[in-house]
Amino acid sequence: MDEGRKTPFYEKHLALGGKIVNYSGWLLPVQFPQGLVEEVINTRKGVSLFDVSHMGEISVKGRGAEAYLQKMVTNDLARLKNNAVMYSPVCYPDGGVVDDILVYRVEDDNYLLVVNAANTDKDFDWFMENLSGDVVLTNLSPDYAQLALQGPDSEKILQSLVSEPLEKIRNYHFVSDLNLAGAKCLVSRTGYTGEDGFEIYCSNEDASKIWDAVWEAGQKYSLSAAGLGSRDVLRLEASMPLYGHELSSDLNPLMAGLDRFVALGKAVSFNGQEALKIYKQEGLTQKLFGLEMADRGVPREGYPVSDGESELGWISSGTYSPTLDKFIAMAFLDPKAVKPGDQVVVTIRNRSYGARIIKMPFYRRDY
Amino acid sequence: MNYKVIDGLQYTKKHEWVRREENSAVVGLCDYAQDKLGEIVFVELPDVGTELEAGKSAAVIESVKAVADLYSPLSGTVIEINEELLDQPELINAEPYGEGWVYKMEIKDENELAALMGKEEYEKFIVEEEEK
Repeated sequence: MDEGRKTPFYEKHLALGGKIVNYSGWLLPVQFPQGLVEEVINTRKGVSLFDVSHMGEISVKGRGAEAYLQKMVTNDLARLKNNAVMYSPVCYPDGGVVDDILVYRVEDDNYLLVVNAANTDKDFDWFMENLSGDVVLTNLSPDYAQLALQGPDSEKILQSLVSEPLEKIRNYHFVSDLNLAGAKCLVSRTGYTGEDGFEIYCSNEDASKIWDAVWEAGQKYSLSAAGLGSRDVLRLEASMPLYGHELSSDLNPLMAGLDRFVALGKAVSFNGQEALKIYKQEGLTQKLFGLEMADRGVPREGYPVSDGESELGWISSGTYSPTLDKFIAMAFLDPKAVKPGDQVVVTIRNRSYGARIIKMPFYRRDY
Repeated sequence: MNYKVIDGLQYTKKHEWVRREENSAVVGLCDYAQDKLGEIVFVELPDVGTELEAGKSAAVIESVKAVADLYSPLSGTVIEINEELLDQPELINAEPYGEGWVYKMEIKDENELAALMGKEEYEKFIVEEEEK
């Protein structure tokens, strides 16, 4: 295997027969022997354990941290309380996206940012360039391991390991010092699958014993390990964007339909605000839509979408959906030309395949 | 690694197999290739009557994560396709050498068939591939 960084769980993946790939410089399992489809179904119906240690963590501390971050993110942190998590795009002044991140408010003027693996260094540089106040930035990524326990049985497994009642950690909330298997962890009720679940942040030293504890507790349930392949399918079914596909420096968050995470009316100005206001006023030429194939064919990134004659846009992500047993995709299309319910054509290897525009999310869990 | 390789078939370096049936040949994807691809969700088959050229793409096999070409091991005309695969592409995963066959073709040049690998040669080839 070509060089790449190993997470503290690397040996666990090998022991479980995980198929290892190099993803953004990290050696991670793309799938396990039960296969991607089974991993998706088990996450929806039972519970899966994902190694997401490749995600980056940046600490933002010091007087003025909130004001500084308000300038950096599009969402409004004035609404973020201690022990809560907020999702937000981070934009350049032209409205293009630097990254989409999670902002954890640990306490006043003390935040933890969780960023995409491929963007960690770029983000850190961008945040440094824009630094203001007495704020101190620290890239903690090399020290943190992260697990995502996802699926309806997640709470039962984790609850059997901790004394604090987990029902108190509501969606997009966290505790920063949960005692798990004798180690201190930050645990949030967050995830990238569309299911209930937790993300567990711990030190590299504690990582192995935490995996073992969760794994053992999970044996009473249907816990199995899952890889990057099913993670991507799960997020797509739940219609969550992925940087590099639905977001990039050439795409703005309004195009991706992330309006509710862009506080255009925020009291303080932020990077991208003016540009995004203009996009909003003038209307977008491309916007993200959901597609469901009517003809059997696999829609994939980059395939053109048309109305049969003229081109409407392109597919940003596509897959077979095991949960829906359908072929689904997200596509950037001209919002003046199409609406949900319309029939469109996807060109796959020079052949035309019928598809229908449908509302997203493709999948939403029952509460 | 334990990949199934069976007697009586000829194999290519791109992991297709050929089974001779009198004057025609049945073509499919090897166990090794289906395992590497993962769960197959879509197959694009050639039309009956298509003239295939050895080494050129004849069908497209798609798993959840990947798209792969099936290259024709031989030159000749397609005389039958496995239409079961259109609804059940996963047959290739389940029975790559049986129900998961892809198409049947005429044999145009016996030398092409003779140039393919037999069971033992192909088994050695897989081991080498795995060591890469």
